[in-house]
Amino acid sequence: MKRVDWTTLPFRVLGWMVLVFLAAPMLVVFPVSVTPNRWISLPSGGISFSHYAAVFGSPDWLSAIGQSVVIATATMVVAVAIGTATAITAWRMAGHWIIPALRVLVLLPLIVPTVVSALGMYRVWVDFGIFDSWAGIIIAHTILATPFVFLTVSASLTNTDRRIEQASRTLGAGAFRTAWAVLVPAARPGILAGAVFAFITSWDEIVVTMFVTARHIFTLPRMIFEEIHDNLDPAVAAVSAMMMLVTVAVAAVLLWRDLRGTPAASEKP
Amino acid sequence: MDARVKPADDDNDCRAIQLHCIRLLDASRDERLLLLCAGHPVCKKERALKSLPKLDRYWLLLVPVVILLGVFYLYPLVRVLLLSVTDPEVGVGNFERLIIYHGPRRVMFNTFRICAITTVISVSVAYLLACVMVHAPPRRRRIMLALVLLTLWISVLVRAFAWLILLDDNGVVNNTLRAMGLISQPLALVRNETGVLIGMVHYLLPYAVLPLIAAMQSIDPALIRASHSLGAGRVRTFLSIFVPLTLPGIAAAAVIVFVFSLGFFITPSILGGGRVVMLAEYVSVTVLEELRWGFAAAQAVVLLVLTFLVLGIAGKLLGARRILPS
Repeated sequence: MKRVDWTTLPFRVLGWMVLVFLAAPMLVVFPVSVTPNRWISLPSGGISFSHYAAVFGSPDWLSAIGQSVVIATATMVVAVAIGTATAITAWRMAGHWIIPALRVLVLLPLIVPTVVSALGMYRVWVDFGIFDSWAGIIIAHTILATPFVFLTVSASLTNTDRRIEQASRTLGAGAFRTAWAVLVPAARPGILAGAVFAFITSWDEIVVTMFVTARHIFTLPRMIFEEIHDNLDPAVAAVSAMMMLVTVAVAAVLLWRDLRGTPAASEKP
Repeated sequence: MDARVKPADDDNDCRAIQLHCIRLLDASRDERLLLLCAGHPVCKKERALKSLPKLDRYWLLLVPVVILLGVFYLYPLVRVLLLSVTDPEVGVGNFERLIIYHGPRRVMFNTFRICAITTVISVSVAYLLACVMVHAPPRRRRIMLALVLLTLWISVLVRAFAWLILLDDNGVVNNTLRAMGLISQPLALVRNETGVLIGMVHYLLPYAVLPLIAAMQSIDPALIRASHSLGAGRVRTFLSIFVPLTLPGIAAAAVIVFVFSLGFFITPSILGGGRVVMLAEYVSVTVLEELRWGFAAAQAVVLLVLTFLVLGIAGKLLGARRILPS
């Protein structure tokens, strides 16, 4: 027989209400995106996918989605390479005086308010001739994404036995070969998580994007931002729903791996 | 590891150390060092040992990150921040303007107030949720945690848009309340400070929940049992044992929320409807629309100083490990 704990019941109800508050945006975007009306509303009397059709029939939306996919993929690849190399060196050289300084440098883009970073990039991007260019936006996003890769890979390496690195070196492998053949496989979960973080960081990025792009590069978040400011169209709801679906699907894969790994036995009543 | 090879006490061991040193150098495949070491008398071994880690090829792996962050991040940052005292003329004129004029002063005051309110609400609500979560049965706790973590991933734009739909005059919340007959006039929930606060609390709540859960889970259950067995009731145990033990977690959550909220841009811009301007948005308006670089840079300096001030104080109080992810 399970006894209901009446004293804590109100708190538990409140706790679940907070969770509903957290989930509310997820819950509302999907129904609004299938409204048959031409304005933002909950569907009444049937659902319609006309707003999705409108998105896929619009060259503007398609171009924005395509650009965002390319930029996020490129950012992911570059950030994973740079972040992993940095994390491996920081792990291997732990104890050297330069490593704490390196950590601060790498985490700086995460700590500095984004608008401040964006301000600096805007000015210099023009001088470098990479303003409103593919290279410019990918470099900007990579700077924001690298700290995440560094953190996740570092976390993965914490529990790696230092002797496997020594063994590799003793057996004659150089630093690069050891990093590639021994440490990269050891850090694989962190690299995977970092890749997802990097992709989503770029996929969602709007502040820096607004500063370093103009007309040539026009990403999906910029398109959404302008649409929200101009007119509240249900097409935005359709795009938002799709973005959310992508994010939730990707995050769910990671979460599932993480949470499944939590041993239930260690939880205390 | 190389630097940590202890020099032997006995001089007779010098030869062995030299051999070991040569082996290590061989592993690092730096021929110049190998020659250097081989040509030197044994007593120079320590110098060779010390210089070894510095020349390790691992350092080459840092070249990309140093270029990326040095050339494309630090240099632009320093250059633009210097504009605050050089543009349009050399001096502290931009900072004076920030204080003298009513507009920027109000923006700074608004930013500070909104951040403070957001922090208080977020941490209180997160405390309640974290409390419920750590006391829930494992299975249910995992579902709750998954929900919290999932919201962490959703785009700030999508969330702002969703809140706009929910809170608008003809939005879901107002329509529901009207249908229930609770209100006759729509509540002004968005395009004002209320909307900004709702959006910001929603964004920052998960960031406050996670450190609080960590703090609560680290409490030794024996302390709670001891309190009960010594005759304290539930309320007393909660207030004088549980809450004090979570104070570092509360402080960490508050710092994280406050620092993040300082730089908020998109949420106030969309949910404030142009009426609630925070510092980050003000920076962008000053530069992108008014092209006043020096003035924008001065605001950026204020944002940056505030951020590091809060982090610095928190680091002193809590130890940097708790604030910066490690």
